[in-house]
Order: sequence, then structure tokens, then C-alpha cells
Amino acid sequence: MTLDHPGQGETAPQEPRRRPKSGLALYSSLLAERTRGMRSSAMRDMFALTERPEVISLAGGLPDTSTFSPALYARLMAEVAEHSVAKALQYGPTEGMRAVAECAVEVMAEEGSAVDPDHLLITTGGQQVLDLVCKTLLDPGDVVLAEGPTYPGAIPAFAAFQAEVHQVEVDREGLVVEAVAEAIRSLRKAGRRVKLIYTIPNFQNPAGVTLSASRREALLALAKEQEVLILEDNPYGLLRYEGEPLPTIHSLDQGGGEAESVIYLGTFSKIFAPGVRVGWVVAPAPIREKLNLAKQGADLCSSPLCQLFVTAFFRAQEGERPAWRSYLEGQCALYSRRRDVMVSAIERELGEVATFHKPQGGLFLWVTLDGKIDTTDLLARCELVAFVPGRAAYCDNRRGASAMRLNFAGSPEPQIEEGIRRIAEAVRGEQGLLGALQRPPGGAVLPFAGRRRKEQR
Amino acid sequence: MRVAVLKGGRSLERAVSLSSGARVEDALARLGHEVFGIDVGPNAAAELAESAPEVAFIALHGREGEDGMIQELCNCLAIPYTGSDPSACQRCFDKALAKHLLQAGGVSTPPFFAFSEGAVQRLGLAGALPRVEALLGLPLVVKPAAQGSALGVKFVHDAQQLPQAIVGALSYDRKFLLERYIAGRELAVSVIADQGGRPHALPVVEVVAGPDAYNFESRYNPGLVDLSCPADLPAAVAARAQALALRCFELLGCHGFARVDMILERDGAELWVLEVNAVPGLTPTSLLPVAAEAAGIGFDQLVARILASAFNRGARTAAPSLAGS
Repeated sequence: MTLDHPGQGETAPQEPRRRPKSGLALYSSLLAERTRGMRSSAMRDMFALTERPEVISLAGGLPDTSTFSPALYARLMAEVAEHSVAKALQYGPTEGMRAVAECAVEVMAEEGSAVDPDHLLITTGGQQVLDLVCKTLLDPGDVVLAEGPTYPGAIPAFAAFQAEVHQVEVDREGLVVEAVAEAIRSLRKAGRRVKLIYTIPNFQNPAGVTLSASRREALLALAKEQEVLILEDNPYGLLRYEGEPLPTIHSLDQGGGEAESVIYLGTFSKIFAPGVRVGWVVAPAPIREKLNLAKQGADLCSSPLCQLFVTAFFRAQEGERPAWRSYLEGQCALYSRRRDVMVSAIERELGEVATFHKPQGGLFLWVTLDGKIDTTDLLARCELVAFVPGRAAYCDNRRGASAMRLNFAGSPEPQIEEGIRRIAEAVRGEQGLLGALQRPPGGAVLPFAGRRRKEQR
Repeated sequence: MRVAVLKGGRSLERAVSLSSGARVEDALARLGHEVFGIDVGPNAAAELAESAPEVAFIALHGREGEDGMIQELCNCLAIPYTGSDPSACQRCFDKALAKHLLQAGGVSTPPFFAFSEGAVQRLGLAGALPRVEALLGLPLVVKPAAQGSALGVKFVHDAQQLPQAIVGALSYDRKFLLERYIAGRELAVSVIADQGGRPHALPVVEVVAGPDAYNFESRYNPGLVDLSCPADLPAAVAARAQALALRCFELLGCHGFARVDMILERDGAELWVLEVNAVPGLTPTSLLPVAAEAAGIGFDQLVARILASAFNRGARTAAPSLAGS
């Protein structure tokens, strides 16, 4: 056996070598400071495990794309081929094709916003909006106020621009506006620059709650008063299964013209297909111009092929009706059923230890378990079912320890029931162990008493 | 040579193993071998038997990879494989067993107690927890006995948190350790055998982690922790750490390569061994490649040396002479 350095003898002390850096040392010194704040989202590494067929995954943010008609898909693609092949294969305008912008306008009109297609920037999914908005607005140390819990995928976007995310409590009516106001006051007092309130007002990811009408008004008034912007992220607005639709914050801000305090993020991912990667942003003109410049640097344009495909879908008719409306209705009926199946399964299997709010739409249930159960550890125990541990929805990676996000939309009903049964089994296992670890009254005496008896012999 | 790189698997360290495996495959290809990867799953035995590689490079972490199972399977199929044999793997993978053996061999390891789920359920362990706290003190560290990459490790500052931390650790393994917390600098000494099978200790790596210690996330994200190699240590301390790593390697019967994790207590007086990893990570941020690099051993050369360990098992016949002891 010898000690380390080749050619230095067995007892050679270690000395720093003057060699060019390579490997990790080289890359660490080359990486930008902002990469220090970048985090892998939502225990991504642990999810490598959940990609096996035997694992029921309730973890993803997926809609169910399996119901989309292959014949319709083929027809739409054939249309693109027949009418627009050169366009589909070419670069497109940075702001996106006008035709797809008109589709986005149609979607927004459903929720009460009247928008000029020229005021939209088409993006590569909603996620790109987060990135572009951060790039455009945030300097290192700027503060973003977000819901607690928030969309796990938003955290890396903010972190990449060295923004500080302060999470504000959410109740059954969504973001608590008084708490937002208090946070702004105390942060400003501490000399911090608050720029953005990030909110998902409808069927929030992950909490499932919807911001009430009065709070929408109050939040907008607060943003105006404090001169901060609201980033309204609304992927699920049209996935409503019951209750009356509420106006978007964007529409409340319009007052007959362009919204001044709201940047609106829309996407076709949840109402149509995440695979097309087409989203959009509507922002006040000066910000929109900067967003356009930022997008030029990011990817020049979003895929024209995908934009043409989305456009073809929105123009397609199914009988007397637009195909997209029929498809969306079908999806809503499917997700609503699945939500009810999941709710019943949780009530049956986890009744006493689980609390949750039944969402009126969207894709997710946010379930909070007995505070003694850590859902990150529970995920490890649940070998054959996956969910998102609550910590992933908090920047400090500490809060949300007993909560979990469950997707009810992406799995067939029998799998949902079996998945919940597996989670419940793991929870019962943990509870049994916790019960066994309760100390007997005056427990401290027990081991020492044993020792004394032994010593007396 | 036809080399199968065994990677992936079904452990919680699957992603890490895929990253290690991909790097190893590239290196082996550069070295001129005919390489193919096997993502180890329910058909691993058949895939290994059918593909009949001349050698298996084990880049599989966690359960089935580090616990001796894949090694036993290779033995059974008469396929030479890299690294330690099944018995050494089992000794390393079970941190409780490793610590008992190290203690018996005179190596300092933080005082600990190891229990199983059965001890909780059927021996009324709860009644002994106050005694455990009194003997080990707070804060103490609770960790699964068999789990790598710091998954399931919790620092308990308050006795009230202990049951939850134990249940958490039991999510990863049926056995867990309650270990005294030693404040100090976190060091890792990798050991790599030369072509003749003689183990050498590589320069000491120091892990300078953030406030959350060295958790799973920081372990595999460049830039989240600072690795310093060779660690800024007095020469005598570094030599002591290296000698200690070789001693652990020998005591647990490791072969080819391993990594020994230790703490240099704050006053600098004592080195405490935490664990020995029989299949240390080979990702771009892993400690072994960093240490090898510092010793002038590039990644390809490192892979070549690990590969050679498949063929010199039992070659090391001379009695080990521990330098400096």
C-alpha cells in the first residue's frame, strides 16, 4: 500500500500542483455567478425513477394527450403540408405569426380580455414567458412576490436571474392580498426593490385554489398603488369544471385600452397540447418591446411548424363547431371525472390524515398530511407511485414538508385509485412507526433502570 | 475489449448512475474498447448473459449496485467486473456494519447506534431514545444505514424531532443509524489501485458546503458546493487522512477503488471516518474524478485503472504495509 502521489514516494506530503485546471475545477471557475442560484426543479433526479412503467406517476404537470384523435392530427398536418410547407420550414417573425396570435386572442376573449393580436408575443410555451419576463425586468437581488406554494417550475426561472422570491400565504380564496401588501411594505422598508407579483389566479398550481373576484380587484389596486407589475400566469383558466368563470386580472386592468400593470401569460399547453410548445405574453408596450428583443436573443422565433399546426387546429371544424371547443369540452369532462375519482379515493383511503381543497378546475390537488409526515421521505417509501413533494413548491425547500401535489388529469381512473391506495399504505406504515416511537411516560427512566440492575448483580 | 457499462438501475441514485455511466462509456470508447451500456432492470441477468461482455464496468450506485448484488450476479455468470467483490460491497453499503468493523479495527468513527424497523416495532426502541440522546448528545445525525448521496439524512437538534427523523430514514432503508454529530471539515479520500492492484490514496478533497451541509442536490450540481483539492491542510494531517483511507480500504476488503468520507474535527485533532463507498460516483461533480485529476490522473486514465481492477482480483498477495503507521 502506498500513499497517493505517483512519483513522489510513499510518504510524500501533498502539494498543490501547478497544472492547468481541468474537469470540475475548470468549469467551476468558468460558470457564471448566476448559475449558483440555479436549481434542478422538483426533485428531478428522484423522478428519474418514476419513468418506469410499473410506477404510477401522479407527479407530472401533464394534461392527457392520449384522447386527441390521430385522424384529426393527420388531417391538420396534411393541411399544413398542403398550404404552408415552405412557411412551416422557414424562420418566422419573432413576435409570432399573426394567425396563431388570433387564436390566442380567441382564447383570451373567452375569459373577458379583448386584445389586439399585434399586442401579443408568441413564445415557446408559457415557460419561455417566465424566462423572458425575468430577463427583461429583474436585476440580481430584485424581489419577486409569489404564492406560497408556487409553481415548482417557476422557481428555477426566477433563481436563474438571481431574483429573491418571497412567498406569500395562500388560503381558500387564493393569495392573501393583505399579506402581499405587508410584504411589500416591509421589504421596501428594508431597502429592497420589489418588482413583480407572480400569481396563478385560476386553479393555482399547486394549491388548486382560485383567486376570488374581490381579491383580483384588490391585488390590481395594490399593484397600481405600489407601482409593481403583476405577472398573471393563466394556463388553466378554461379548464373549469364547475362554478362561474372569473375575470382575468388582465381584463380588470384594461379599462378599454391596454393593461398597464399586468403582464399576461397564456399557453396552449393545457387546453391543447404541451408538445406544441406554443404560448404567448401580453404586456404593456414598453415591456413588450423589450420582451421581443429578449426573445430575439433567446431563439429568434418560436417554431413556425408548431404555430401553423395550432392555427390549423383552431380553424378546424367538427360538425358545426370549432374542433378546439369540442376537444376542450371533452377534456374538461374527463378531468372533472378524474378529479372526483381522486377526491373520493383520498377521502376513503387518507380521510383522517389528509386535508385538501377540492379545486373547481385545473389539473392538481394539493394535499396536506399530518404534520409529522415528511412527503419527500414518503416519496422514497412509495416505490411504485410518484407525486411532487410539497417542498418543491417553496424556495426555501423547507416549507410544504407535509404536503404533496397530485395530478389527477394525466392518469386513467383505475390508476388514480391504485396510486392513492399505495400512498395511503405508505402513510399508514409511517404512522405505525411514529406511534411505536412515542415514548412511554417517564421513558427516560427505563434504560437507566436496566443499567442499575445489571450493576447490582 | 467488449465492455458492458452497467448503469441506471432502480435505486434512488438512478440519475447519478446514468450520469456516471455515460461518462464512463465515452471514456472507454476513447480508450478503444467496444462499449455498450446496460440500463440495469428486471432483465439484467438475461441481458448480461446474452450480451456476454468480456468485462462489466459497474457504474451502478445504491441498492443492487453497491450492495454486492450486481457483483454476485457477475460472479454467477462468470463475467469479470470492476471494483469490490460482493462481501466487501455489503460491508461498505451497510454503514452500521462498516462502522462496527472500522471500530474493531481501531479506526475512529463517530459514536453511534444502529437499529432496524423491527427494533422500533418489536423491541420498544422508543424507551431507549432518551438514553441514546444522553450518550450521543444533540444535535445528532439520523441516517439510513444503506443509502448513498445523503438521501434521508437529517440533523436532529431537538429530541422532539427524533421520531420523525427516524421514520424519515426508514423510508430509505430498514435500518438506520443514530450518530453523534461531529462538527468539522468534510474530507473525502479516494483510493485507486494501480495496474498491479496496489491501492493508492489520492489527494484529499475538501467539501465546503453551504448551510444545509452536503445534500443530494448540492452533491450533483456544479457550483453549489466548493470542492478543494488538494485540500488546504497541514501536510501531516493530509498524510494521516490518506493513511486512514488506505486502512479503511484494507479493513473492509475493498478492491480496485473506493472513496472514504471523513470529518476533520474542528480542533484538527481527530479524523472521524463516516463511511466507505465501494462504487463512488464518476459524474463530472463527483469527488473521485476531482481527486484523480489533482493527482495527474485524467478521467480516461482513471477509467482504465478501474477497468484493470476487473482482472487483478487476488493479484495483491503481498502483505499490506501501511505507510506511516
